[in-house]
Amino acid sequence: MDANLIVFIILAVVAVGSALGMLLNKNAVYSALFLILNFATVAVLYIILGAPFIAMTQVTVYAGAIMVLFLFVIMLLGAEELAGATKIDWQKPAAVVLGVLLLAELIVVIFFRETVFAEFAELTDFGSPAQIGRVLFNEYLLPFEITAFLLLAAMIGAIVIARRVRQSPSKRES
Amino acid sequence: MLESYYPIAILIGITVGLGILVMGLGHWFGPRRPTQRKNAPYESGMMPYGPGTRQMPIRFYLVAVLFILFDVEVIFLFPWAVVYRELGLFGVIEMAIFIFILLVGFIYALKKGAFEWE
Amino acid sequence: MNETTGMILEWVIKGAVVAVICLIGFAYTTYYERRFLARIQVRIGPNRAGPWGLLQPVADGIKLIFKEELVPDKAYKFAFMLAPVLTMAPAIIVMGVVPWGTQANFFGRTIELGISNNLNVGILYILSVTSIAVYGIVLAGWASNNKYAMLGGLRSTAQMISYELALGLSFLPPIMLAGSLSLGDIVKGQQDFLWYFIPLLPTSIVFFIAVLAEVNRSPFDMPEAEQELVAGYHTEYSGMKFALFFMGEYVKMFSMSAVFSTLFLGGFAGPFVEQVPWLGPVYLLIKIIICLGLMIWIRGTLPRFRYDRLMKFGWKILLPIALINVVLTALMISIFGL
Repeated sequence: MDANLIVFIILAVVAVGSALGMLLNKNAVYSALFLILNFATVAVLYIILGAPFIAMTQVTVYAGAIMVLFLFVIMLLGAEELAGATKIDWQKPAAVVLGVLLLAELIVVIFFRETVFAEFAELTDFGSPAQIGRVLFNEYLLPFEITAFLLLAAMIGAIVIARRVRQSPSKRES
Repeated sequence: MLESYYPIAILIGITVGLGILVMGLGHWFGPRRPTQRKNAPYESGMMPYGPGTRQMPIRFYLVAVLFILFDVEVIFLFPWAVVYRELGLFGVIEMAIFIFILLVGFIYALKKGAFEWE
Repeated sequence: MNETTGMILEWVIKGAVVAVICLIGFAYTTYYERRFLARIQVRIGPNRAGPWGLLQPVADGIKLIFKEELVPDKAYKFAFMLAPVLTMAPAIIVMGVVPWGTQANFFGRTIELGISNNLNVGILYILSVTSIAVYGIVLAGWASNNKYAMLGGLRSTAQMISYELALGLSFLPPIMLAGSLSLGDIVKGQQDFLWYFIPLLPTSIVFFIAVLAEVNRSPFDMPEAEQELVAGYHTEYSGMKFALFFMGEYVKMFSMSAVFSTLFLGGFAGPFVEQVPWLGPVYLLIKIIICLGLMIWIRGTLPRFRYDRLMKFGWKILLPIALINVVLTALMISIFGL
C-alpha cells in the first residue's frame, strides 16, 4: 500500500496544480488544456479507488468529448486571450466566504466524523463494468431511462439554439 | 487489481519520453537560420493578411454537442453489452426503450438538418 | 533479484519492446505503402537505398533529423511543441491493452505476452485513449496561428469525433459475444467460437471504415486535401515535429489494425498457438500486415470524399448502421443463443 500512497500524493499535487493552472492562465486554450490534465489525474484517482469504469468514462466523456466542445467554443468565439475581463464587485467577497465555508466543512468531515470513511476499505470489484451493468440495469433502471430523456432534452435544446443563431444574418464561412 | 495498470503507466511514460526524444533530435541536429519571411504564417506565398485565428462556423459547435450526447449514450451501452447474456430478454427491452428515446432525438436532428453541411 | 524489481524490469522491457515494435512498424508501413502504391500505379517505388530499398525509411528519418525546424513567430510556442507529442503518444499507448499471446516461457521466467492483456476495462481504455488523440490535431491547428492550419485542424477534429461514435458502437457486438471488455477474453471467446468477423461481418466493415476516418486515412484524408487546405493542421510543421505527426498517423494505422485484428480476426489466435505461445505475436503481426495492406489498397483505389459528404456519411449512414448492428447482434444472441 505504500506505493499507492506515493502515487496518490503525486496525483494530488498534479491535480491541484493543474486546477490552479487552469484558473490562473490568461489564455483560455491553455486553461482548457490544464482542465483536461486535471480530468485525467482525477480519472487515475478513480482507478486507485477501484472504479475503473468511472475512470474511463471520465476520460472519454469529460476529457474527450466535453473539452472538445469547450475548445470549439473558445475557437468559435476567437476568445483565446481574455481582454481585461469586466470585474464584478461582489465576486471576491462572495468567493472568500464560500471558500471558507467549504474549508470549514472539509475540516469538520475529515477530523470530527471519522466513521464516514471507515467502511470504504474492503470493497473489491464493485466498480468493474460487469458489476455496474448488473446494478444499473436491475436496481437503477428508472434513473437510467430518465437519463435518456435528459439526453433527448439536451439534444433538442442544442439544435434549437444553434438553428436560431444560424438563421440570423451573421458572418460565416465554411 | 492495480497491478494491471502499472505496466500501462510505464508504457505511457516510455511513449512520452520517446516523443520528447524525437523532438530533441530535431532540436539538436537541425540547423536554425530563421528569417522574418520564413517565420511568417504560410499563405501560399502571398503576404499574410488578417489574424490567423478567427471566428469559426457554428456547425462545429453543433457537431461537438451532438457528439457529447451520443458519446454518453455509447458509454451507457458498454456495461449493458458486458452483462447482456445475464439480462436476457429483459435487457433487450430496457435498452430498446433507451435507444428509442434517443432515436427520437436523432430523427429530430436529422429533420432539422443538423447533419447538413451545405 | 527480488520479485518487485523483477516485475518492474519486466514491465519496462515489455513497454520498450512494444514502443520499438510500433516504431519499426511505422517505418516499414511507410515503405510498404510506397511499394504497394507503386505497384498499383504500375511504378517501381523506392528501390535504391539498401537491398530492394529496404533502408529507405532509415534514410528518410536521417534526412528529417537534419532538417531545419520552423516555428512561426505568431505561433503559441508551448502548444506548438506539445501538439505533435500529443498526436503520436496515444497511438502507441493504445497498444497497452492489445494481447500478443498468453503465457510464455522467456529464459526460465513465465511472462505474459502483452502489456495488460486482461484489463477489465480494456475496450473503454482504447476508446478513451482515441478520444484524447483528438487534441493533438485541434491544438496543432490553433497553435500554428494560420488560417489553413486552423480550418484543417477543426475539420479533422469534427471528422474524428463524428466517426468515433460509429467506432464506439462497433466495439459493442464483440463485447456482447465475449461478455467481457477485456481483449484477452475477446480473443479467448474467438478461440472457443469463431473469428468474430464471420458472425459480425457488417460490424467489422463499419469498424474498418470508422478506423480509416479516425486515422485520417484516404478516402477520409481531409488534412491532406491540398487543393483546399495546403497540408491542413500540419501546414506550419517541419523537420522532426512533422515527423511526429507522420509517425502518429502510421503508428495509429498500425495499432488500430492490431485492435481490429484482435476484435474481429482472432488476434493472436491461430493453429498450434496453445502449444507454442511464441507463435502468437507472429500471427498477430501477419494479421496486422493484412489489415495495413487493405488500408493501402483502399488509398490506391478510392478518391477523396468531399467534406460535407464525409460528415453526412458519418452521421446519417454509418452511425445508424452501427446502431442497427448492435440491435441485430442482441437479437442474434437471444434468438440463436450463441
